[in-house]
Amino acid sequence: MEEKISFNLNGKKTVIQTDPNQTLLWVLRNQLGLTGTKFGCGTGFCGACTVLINREPVRSCMMAVSDIAGKEVVTIEGLARNGKLHPVQQAFVDHDALQCGYCTPGMIMTAAGFLMKNPSPTRDQIVDGLEQNLCRCGAHVRIIDAVETAAKEMKGGK
Amino acid sequence: MRKDYDEISASNEPEEKMTIKRRSFVKLLGGGIFIFFQPWNALDILNLPADQARRTLPADYNAFLQVTGDGTIKCFTGKIEMGQGAITALPQMMADELNVLLEKISIVMGDTDLCPWDAGTWGSQTIQTFGPAMRRAAAEARGVLVDLASQKLGVPASQLEVKDGVVIDTKNSRNRVSYAQLAQGKKIEKYLDNKPPVEDYKKFTYIGKSYKHVDARIKVTGQAKYTGDLRFPGMVFARILRPPSHGAKLTSVDVSGAEQVSGTQVVRDGDFIAVLNENKDRADEAIVKIKAEYSFDELKVNDKTLYDRMVGADSRMNELRSSGDLQTGFQQSDRIFESEFHDPYVAHSAIETHTALARLEGDKMTVWSSTQSPFGLQDAIERELGYPREKIRVITPFVGGGFGGKSVHQQGVEAARLAKLSNKPVLLVWSRDEEFFYDTFHPAGVYRVRSGIDKDGLIKLWDFNIYYGGTRGSDTIYDVPNVRTTHYDQNMNGLQIHPFGTGAWRAPNNNSNTFARECQIDIMASAAGIDPLEFRLKNLKDEKMIACWKAVSDKFGYVPSKSPSGRGIGLACGTDAGSWVAFIAEVKVDKSTGHVQVVRVACAQDMGLCVNPQGSRIQMEGCITMGLGYTLTEEIQFEGGNIKNRNFDSYEIPRFSWLPKMDCIILDRQDQPPKGGGEPAIIGIGAVIANAIHDATGARLYSMPFTPARILEAIKMV
Repeated sequence: MEEKISFNLNGKKTVIQTDPNQTLLWVLRNQLGLTGTKFGCGTGFCGACTVLINREPVRSCMMAVSDIAGKEVVTIEGLARNGKLHPVQQAFVDHDALQCGYCTPGMIMTAAGFLMKNPSPTRDQIVDGLEQNLCRCGAHVRIIDAVETAAKEMKGGK
Repeated sequence: MRKDYDEISASNEPEEKMTIKRRSFVKLLGGGIFIFFQPWNALDILNLPADQARRTLPADYNAFLQVTGDGTIKCFTGKIEMGQGAITALPQMMADELNVLLEKISIVMGDTDLCPWDAGTWGSQTIQTFGPAMRRAAAEARGVLVDLASQKLGVPASQLEVKDGVVIDTKNSRNRVSYAQLAQGKKIEKYLDNKPPVEDYKKFTYIGKSYKHVDARIKVTGQAKYTGDLRFPGMVFARILRPPSHGAKLTSVDVSGAEQVSGTQVVRDGDFIAVLNENKDRADEAIVKIKAEYSFDELKVNDKTLYDRMVGADSRMNELRSSGDLQTGFQQSDRIFESEFHDPYVAHSAIETHTALARLEGDKMTVWSSTQSPFGLQDAIERELGYPREKIRVITPFVGGGFGGKSVHQQGVEAARLAKLSNKPVLLVWSRDEEFFYDTFHPAGVYRVRSGIDKDGLIKLWDFNIYYGGTRGSDTIYDVPNVRTTHYDQNMNGLQIHPFGTGAWRAPNNNSNTFARECQIDIMASAAGIDPLEFRLKNLKDEKMIACWKAVSDKFGYVPSKSPSGRGIGLACGTDAGSWVAFIAEVKVDKSTGHVQVVRVACAQDMGLCVNPQGSRIQMEGCITMGLGYTLTEEIQFEGGNIKNRNFDSYEIPRFSWLPKMDCIILDRQDQPPKGGGEPAIIGIGAVIANAIHDATGARLYSMPFTPARILEAIKMV
């Protein structure tokens, strides 16, 4: 019943022995102890469970764990490097771009993936890029500001 | 001075009397200086929500704060953190009162074993009601510390000052001692009388300054723990069998399909049936394999017929306010206006669903829960499961949004029940479907307003009638001589109106009352041919409201005009949680599609003393953004007890593309006591957008939300 699945998780080669008929979300949260990726709706509508797979933002509640074999998975826990926050994370802190914080990991992963594809977005493009992620507290305007700042920051760093 | 408080050496067992008061937490927390305080009185208990009404004032109250041997000040509060920022603002208040550095304050929230009793985190009360009590405790702690320093340094207390947690002899600054040194090896407990705090707003270092969320870093890295993030050995996930609609009764059930899903345990207690599995996906698989039949005895009502049912019902009538005489008001009026406004059920839709983890150790039940009321959940578990309250500990990790929806906590009781039935740690994470089904919705309602103005545009008559909505925010606020406000609500023996649970939704019902009132004001201003701001100011005497209007119209750059002007500018104002708010919004309406884009919203708020302006502005932005939802899209559709919207595809909440430019102004009122900030800026969004749509198109909206279909229909009527 169980299968061996090899993939790269937050920069580390990872092999897990698990029931392949599970969603990536719950394997991350239960077997791998990465609870930063959140459950929100279970159907891909809200984006709280977003992780990067091969640099693409993906809703982990909709993805079978067997489909990540051989791929590169980054979760919110893998974004900071050596204690230094990723520019998107830092910009969220600097702009106070969160309230309850529950949608935040999914927002940040979506934004990080979006900026990889489009490093110089307009404000409207940022809105489009985040449109499918839901926040109920109403932190939206600060989230857009934060992503705008992060984009500038990341370009400056290159 | 010393006999003011009980000093107990760390090695001695305390007296019996003290043991009862101190409960177990002093043992849990070690030494230091503890301040005990009972800020509640019998009146607070009387005003509790019904599910907590049996509670009596706890005689065994917990400490408010602890000064520890390393100089850290721990403060304990039954309040919880759900994004509103109490975790940032409360320490600001503490630091000022104790004269310590802000980073020396740590806060313990929502733990029934450690924190003093609290009804719940709602009503924008944390800063305005709990804050002063906590400051009182802090002021007393400072007094105790200065007394101890006086003995230690050999100088009178009057000769001492405190700076950043160090007590210093003003005549010899080298003669000094820190709070940490004073608290080391001590176990001092001081019990205070219930006196109001001494307010001095002039000496603040931290209060009134902006601080960012202190929990931001752990929230952007995924380290912050919410209830669903906790894990225990042997823990199982639960899913509970749910009826398809409210009012459905289980008639037969076959659980054999679920039992065949590997690792599944089915537990049953009457009609309460659940599956447990260590694997979440297997629990999700098992629950849908249960075959269940139901009988249906639902109310014959749906989201279309509801409003007629409300006004036609034999309701309980309660006259809330009355002044002058309505007949006189009629006679004094030149024109009479009658309107009926409708407002649907609205869901809370926090992104974190209701979640609870229950664990039994011996007979001690610990429940971690996403709740706005940890003590309320403790009561509910006692009441519903007959489990003794003193054996129940509720702990509240970070809460992923509440908005009133987590004032009730059925999931906490369910998890406790399952832990008891299975004797395993049980984690219950409601699905989004369950979240919509068991939400305690903002109640739908009908609002009938009859009003009149004289030839000069002065309001002479105001007859405001609420059917089945709540009453908060139903104050007239305008200066009207003849007023009556009447509430029609569920008659005990009458037709049942709400087919499912309703409850508090951010600024409970003020959104609806403000919608009805401020639209009616706009209708009258427009008919009188008077600019809507001028009309309001003509009829207002409330100085604070007028000051908000001045601030918001300056910021917006408001240019007066009769409405509809075609510009798409609307106005609204109101009061909530002790604060005053005024709004001006600008919208664009696509007359061919009925789509509304809100271009900008300016809001001025008088909230008295503002402890953390940054946090308060963020709350205002959140209110405006969330308000766009109830205004434009949010509406529960139902047929009998069947809720049709069960996820975010059919229930649409605000998105990034909806965002207007926002200008949030907080009036400088540092000399006033603090008032509520978590809710006021949401109350006028429905009204201000309705009025702006009217200004743009001449179309008047009487039913929220303003969907494209409703807007097109209203445009046809122009």
